[in-house]
Amino acid sequence: MCGIVGLFLKDPSLEPELGRLTAAMLATMSDRGPDSAGFAVYGAGGSDTAKFTLRGKSAAAVDAAVERIKAAFTGATATHHDTHVVVGIPAGEADGFAAWLAAEAPEIDLVGRGHRMELYKEVGAPAKVAERFGLAAMAGTHAIGHTRMATESAVTTDGAHPYSTGADQCLVHNGSLSNHNNLRRVLRREGFDFETENDTEVAAAYLSWKLREGQSLGEALKGSLTDLDGFYTFVVGTENGFGVLRDGIACKPAVMAETDRYVAFGSEYRALAVLPDIGTARVWEPEPSTVYFWER
Amino acid sequence: MPEVDLATTPLRELNAALHRLKPDTNERHWLIANPAGKHAVAAGLDAPVTVEVNGPVGYYCAGMNKLATVLVHGSAGTGVAENMMSGFVHVAGDASQAAGATGRGGLLRIDGNAASRCGISMKGIDIVVRGSVGHMSAFMAQAGNLVVFGDAGDALGDSIYEARLFVRGSVASLGADCIEKPMKDEHKAALHALFERAGLDGSVDPSEFRRYGSARKLYNFHVDHAGAY
Repeated sequence: MCGIVGLFLKDPSLEPELGRLTAAMLATMSDRGPDSAGFAVYGAGGSDTAKFTLRGKSAAAVDAAVERIKAAFTGATATHHDTHVVVGIPAGEADGFAAWLAAEAPEIDLVGRGHRMELYKEVGAPAKVAERFGLAAMAGTHAIGHTRMATESAVTTDGAHPYSTGADQCLVHNGSLSNHNNLRRVLRREGFDFETENDTEVAAAYLSWKLREGQSLGEALKGSLTDLDGFYTFVVGTENGFGVLRDGIACKPAVMAETDRYVAFGSEYRALAVLPDIGTARVWEPEPSTVYFWER
Repeated sequence: MPEVDLATTPLRELNAALHRLKPDTNERHWLIANPAGKHAVAAGLDAPVTVEVNGPVGYYCAGMNKLATVLVHGSAGTGVAENMMSGFVHVAGDASQAAGATGRGGLLRIDGNAASRCGISMKGIDIVVRGSVGHMSAFMAQAGNLVVFGDAGDALGDSIYEARLFVRGSVASLGADCIEKPMKDEHKAALHALFERAGLDGSVDPSEFRRYGSARKLYNFHVDHAGAY
């Protein structure tokens, strides 16, 4: 069992409230996933700057890495959030920075990259995790979050969601996949590296693989209906919005709500109950085997 | 009339108070405010009282219900009226998956849509859905009636025993051993009586429904046991 929340704002006047609302939704899903939590926030950013979310073992380890980053990349900016830091790099130097990071700072994990996405995850109670990273104060256009109750692999930060699937793209998952070991072998042959024994990491790599092969995200999600065996509700964050897919059995819960001001996703209605004007929202369950997207 | 606000009263306190009610209680009509999708609201009742819930509820609302009337002015999560024994449960909005699952008696009325597995393994409950039902509804349904004003999703009545299924709209596909059966006068009369009980008398014409049930090829049916269902 896990919990998923997602919030996509149509009304720009709600954007300063994005973090506060997402944090409230995330906290309601603690019962579904008390061991770790994570979230992706799509905030300010443009094509001239690449955003890297990095994670270290401690805030001190991150501070030390940032000093070295700033010495090597003079145009770099850094915004600290506990064990994570969001580093801004001029877009032209982004690939160079990624290569430098892998070679020179192996103790630092690259959690996500893009132009707008910031991605945070840690072990601990969801409300505590949100508080450590200061989620409530974050602004943006949309966010997705996850609360984890581990079933397929250990309770570690690497096992927490979301998983990055590409630039400005990430995946959260409620359910369990039964063919992830085999698929991981296939993906290793395709050149993908894996940090964990986690099934969702395989699903994320599967989507990255299909995107690399030239498929659209919608096509890649559709393909997962035949290639991934198991039970799942996926929510995928993209630069412009989010997508939802439930497997054909659809035993993993999903509820959506839409008003003039937002579209929201929750594993349960409880997560939506904290949203403004929820009493008059259109509330429904997404159909099985159907890919949905809400994008601006 | 007891009024309970779940924004301030713990759910366990409410359910404990409802469980303490004796059959001859004078507290016969309860109003519940701010359920906010909480689970197991008014589950396990065993007294002839009416509980009105103003707002959407979470999982297993009115589960195991006996004798009581539970009215939900909102939508319901997974397993509403699961294993109901008797009484009446009315959901004004939509219901999530497994509505009325394993129910042994009583009547469940859903005014909106019900998601997948509506009436799964039903054992005598009557379920009336004014909207549509999702896939795998009435899976392994043993007894009772599932009536759908709208459409039914894939694999309706898969591995069905002796439950009776009535659908007014389309059926995406029938499950294993589920077949269409003739709609006779006795079935129209039974539907008419069910609509009266559900407070829906006159809202639709029973002759607009098609009937589905077991082909009795998947399990050992013996006509001498027909009365057991």
